[in-house]
Amino acid sequence: MSELHDCRKAFANTLEDLARRDPRIVALSNDSISSASLSHFAEEFPGRLFNVGIAEQNMVGIASGMANGGKIPFVAAAACFLTGRALEQIKNDVAYTGTNVKLCGVSPGLAYGPLGGTHHSIEDIAWLRAIANMTIIVPADPLETEQAVRAATDFVGPVYLRISRMGVPVVHAADYRFEIGKAVCLREGTDVTLAACGTLVPRALEAAALLEAEGIQARVINMATVKPIDREAIVAAAVETGGIVTAEEHTIYGGFGSAVAEIVATTHPVPMRILGIPGVFAPTGSSEFLFEHFGLTPQGIHDAALELIKSRGL
Amino acid sequence: MPINFQALHNKAYEIRQRNLIMIHEAGGGHTGGDLSSADILAALYLNGVLNVDPKNPRAPDRDRFFMSKGHGSGLLYTTLAFAGFFPEEELATFMKPLSRLNGHPNVHVPGVEANTGALGHGLPMAVGTAMAAKMDGAAWRTFVLTGDGELQEGSNWEAAMAAAQYQLDNLTLIIDRNRFQMVDRTERIIGLEPLADKWRAFGWSVQEINGHDYEEIMRTLTAVPFEVGKPNCVIAYTHKGEGVSFIKDRAGWHHRVPTEEELNTALEELRGAVQ
Repeated sequence: MSELHDCRKAFANTLEDLARRDPRIVALSNDSISSASLSHFAEEFPGRLFNVGIAEQNMVGIASGMANGGKIPFVAAAACFLTGRALEQIKNDVAYTGTNVKLCGVSPGLAYGPLGGTHHSIEDIAWLRAIANMTIIVPADPLETEQAVRAATDFVGPVYLRISRMGVPVVHAADYRFEIGKAVCLREGTDVTLAACGTLVPRALEAAALLEAEGIQARVINMATVKPIDREAIVAAAVETGGIVTAEEHTIYGGFGSAVAEIVATTHPVPMRILGIPGVFAPTGSSEFLFEHFGLTPQGIHDAALELIKSRGL
Repeated sequence: MPINFQALHNKAYEIRQRNLIMIHEAGGGHTGGDLSSADILAALYLNGVLNVDPKNPRAPDRDRFFMSKGHGSGLLYTTLAFAGFFPEEELATFMKPLSRLNGHPNVHVPGVEANTGALGHGLPMAVGTAMAAKMDGAAWRTFVLTGDGELQEGSNWEAAMAAAQYQLDNLTLIIDRNRFQMVDRTERIIGLEPLADKWRAFGWSVQEINGHDYEEIMRTLTAVPFEVGKPNCVIAYTHKGEGVSFIKDRAGWHHRVPTEEELNTALEELRGAVQ
């Protein structure tokens, strides 16, 4: 097993680097500075990090106002509270008003495993994907996290960054270049496509290795930008591989898999399997336990791909 | 320059007339709350309280004004048109298909800072602009107008605490205290009193004024900050429907649209008030 990384570190280091060059960058926190790995940012830029207290609605409203005043606010908070508690502020003050706010949902999905359903953030992609004028990026490893933070800064407009705390291996080569809206093919294949984002990308790669051992060549695409999603990459996958398995650390309702299915169903319908959390509140357990519990594992992805291929009658 | 209060009064009553015509033509709008805020908006935009330039509405050093009571869009649009932000003729498109004069403010209209209408959003955003100005040591100020019923939204109190914590004396909240919300008097639904004491307890410097007295409005709004290091709260006691006797203080007029006959009666009364 390769070394595992906490993407929050890459997020924080990159934000500090950008803040050194661009005085417009500020950070906002809901009393979760260390949870968002912003302790060093706070030390280096004491006048540019605002702990606005346990008040997410106000925090996002403030961010909108700061953007109006010429700042580039990065709002870093636990994804469950940032998106759920402040959803109307995200819709109206950020997306609809069109302010240049970067929302950073930290520790999303099942990251807070044993803390339970209040702290799991398995609806955030669905909620934000339904909002117009919102860009959603779910990076898979530290390098992609760093580049996503830079891309979000260069992009003028609302962005939601989903920053994982769960250890992930490096999946991208050092020369990888992330681009908003572009999927990247991590493994070529023509038998089936495994499409994933975030923490499920390395698991999809492992699943492809299991499939290869059985003589199946699976394409693996990393779709870090969930919105706007890379339509061409999805259509190509449908046409060239005849079936798509999606995997995400999120409910299967309205998330990444749904986004892929919307394209597939309306362009080139092929069988799909959508892996995620199947419309339930997750039970108690570590993140790793919950990934196993819901089959969000290399074996689970492998099994879904194999079942899809069999259903196709090949 | 001495302030000509009679001229300001006349302008506010012309705005009321144009506003009522607009609501009647659109078949929609918020009649009562538009009329209660009209004198405050006239003072802000037509008598130099706000440092804004209709020719350059996004100038970085402009004063910011958030119409947090976004249902008062009709009044805001009318006032912005009178102030020269866009041609008055455009008011005829209010709430018509594809018009940028949406039923609640949006930033496609010159002079509008944010898409308000969901209540309890203006004050947090205003805290954000005030913080940005403080960071830059900039002189521009932030004003925000909320309704009174709107203060039942908890986000306002999150923002109230933050504004005091960050000592935002460059922020002025004006509360249109017309004492009515949509269904009934605020105090019969979820009471707000003692309102001034609440804001003082939250660390704000509070002034209470008659929101229809131009001399009081101007004297107060040009005296900010009231205290160094404290955000400013102006509780403007107003009447919902001010200026039209059969609308004034009637809960049923929150978003009722005047009939042609009612409009003519109202216009006659409003014209009579212009000297």
